[in-house]
Amino acid sequence: MSIKQNLRRAGWGGRPAHLPDFRNLGVVLRTLLLVNALAMAAVLVRNEQLDLVVIEMLEMAVGVEFSLILDVAALFLLQPALRRLPYPSGVVAVMGVVLVVALASRSLLAPIDSGGQLRPLLWSLASAAAVLAYFYQRGAAQAPALAEARLLALTARIRPHFLFNSLNGVLGVLRSNPRRAEEALEELSDLFRALMQDSRELVPLADEITLCERYLNLERLRLGDRLQVDWRRDPLADAALVPPLLLQPLIENAVCHGIEPGAGPGTVSITIERRGPAVIIGIANPLLEAVRHHVGNRMALDNIRERLMLFYDLEAALDIEQSADAYCVRIRLPFRNER
Amino acid sequence: MSDTLSAADFEPLAVLVVDDEAPARERLRDLLGDIAESQPTRIVGMAANGVEALALLEGETVDLILTDIRMPVMDGIELARHVGRLPRVPAVIFTTAYDEYAVRAFELAAVDYLLKPVRATRLAEAIAKARRVRPPADEILRQMAPANRSHFSINERGRILLVPVADVLYLKAEQKYVVARSRQREYLLDESLVQIEEEFPDLFLRIHRNCLIARDAVKGVARATTGLDGEAHWVIMLDGLAEQLPVSRRQWPAVKEALGV
Repeated sequence: MSIKQNLRRAGWGGRPAHLPDFRNLGVVLRTLLLVNALAMAAVLVRNEQLDLVVIEMLEMAVGVEFSLILDVAALFLLQPALRRLPYPSGVVAVMGVVLVVALASRSLLAPIDSGGQLRPLLWSLASAAAVLAYFYQRGAAQAPALAEARLLALTARIRPHFLFNSLNGVLGVLRSNPRRAEEALEELSDLFRALMQDSRELVPLADEITLCERYLNLERLRLGDRLQVDWRRDPLADAALVPPLLLQPLIENAVCHGIEPGAGPGTVSITIERRGPAVIIGIANPLLEAVRHHVGNRMALDNIRERLMLFYDLEAALDIEQSADAYCVRIRLPFRNER
Repeated sequence: MSDTLSAADFEPLAVLVVDDEAPARERLRDLLGDIAESQPTRIVGMAANGVEALALLEGETVDLILTDIRMPVMDGIELARHVGRLPRVPAVIFTTAYDEYAVRAFELAAVDYLLKPVRATRLAEAIAKARRVRPPADEILRQMAPANRSHFSINERGRILLVPVADVLYLKAEQKYVVARSRQREYLLDESLVQIEEEFPDLFLRIHRNCLIARDAVKGVARATTGLDGEAHWVIMLDGLAEQLPVSRRQWPAVKEALGV
């Protein structure tokens, strides 16, 4: 109970506003769509005769798209510098970039466009402000969602069944194998430490993998040889920053649905691979006949999908592949190694 | 004085421990040892699931079964249902780590259960109570079951014979019994067709007042002249069985729809 309350307080505190990530595909697409929509609206407002609208739009496109693409490219290049600025200076810097690009494209396009100098400049600045305002609003709308997701993450993570079964397992070996019992309690406390840390901070994938190994070791105490694990790791992916507890709930699902209901041994396979700018993670477990689809399963998946969306927007994906005898969750996320 | 009373009063109970997790079984063994003074017991066997437990019960007389609920192959509640067919029904105490649904059901049915990790004092109380209280009726267990049974069971000369539900091709009511037919042989079940139909609506389909068939085993339907009236009936052909099963005129519309013919 107290754990949750503390989290809530920390979660609702909100963090200072910050510029959008101009290298994020979702941000780029949203910017392009928004500016074009604004330009269309401007053309429609300005023209009373509908037959002139098409010509106007073409003229507008020459002016707008050229500088828009330059803007997006400039912001993409400047992203590492921009993200270090505090929000107000960041806004000024973005406006500056937009102004410079607008002036430059004016002078380049001057021979074919004899319109006024001031209006397009003001228009560029106004639409840049609108885009920034949009991302500011969006960020504000998502901050409580982020805290909520974090709460959800916590409540979904600690499966009471897992906790009590683990404690029972520790008690079961306490007299016969005190060393193993000690080890198990250490693993359990590591898991809880991870569960209680700030889940908005990204962590290196290598740390998440260590946590999963501890979790699996704890499950092996109860399940013995029934739990076989096949790790295929890629050292090139170790430094990638991922949301905390990205893998553990999925591996817990794999154990819970693929191993526990089976009488004999089964294998959970975890494959991690760096493929250029992306990290691909696969978690597979045997599909047991006895298992019907549990709500808990879907909840964990929805939860992780939502967190991926919050952290990476459109750049990450989670898919499920199901064959006759195996169930596999596949995650693709961008490789990033700086916070 | 009363020094010798405890040992003389209680015959050690023969206990069977059933749990799919080895440490959980060890823990119960330790605890039974700890409370031996007030509740003398002797462990006659340890099993990892319901089927293993029933196999152990063939050779041993057991007074008390301590069983986990969620286990692979056969869960604890189904085990308790099959055990109910033994001539001398042992007491059953369920153990569970955390299962809101099951716990509520237990309380409603006043069936004894222990939450894991189990405390020695609580275990001693439950055993003392189990010496007095009769085991729960099959009907109560049926309502508590988290899943359908995986097996039918038959009491054959004092031992329990299991028939996997998936092996049964059809069930036919005959006077006092229900005949379950598998590919190899027939079994006489001491249950009613209506109960079986209610418990497994997805597996079995009623084709006649006295007959349920396994939906998955249907090979085809045909018109045939069976019986004494010489009239043509619809019959069902099942995989791996030469026998043709008549569909009653009353059931035909429902059967037609269920099989999509």
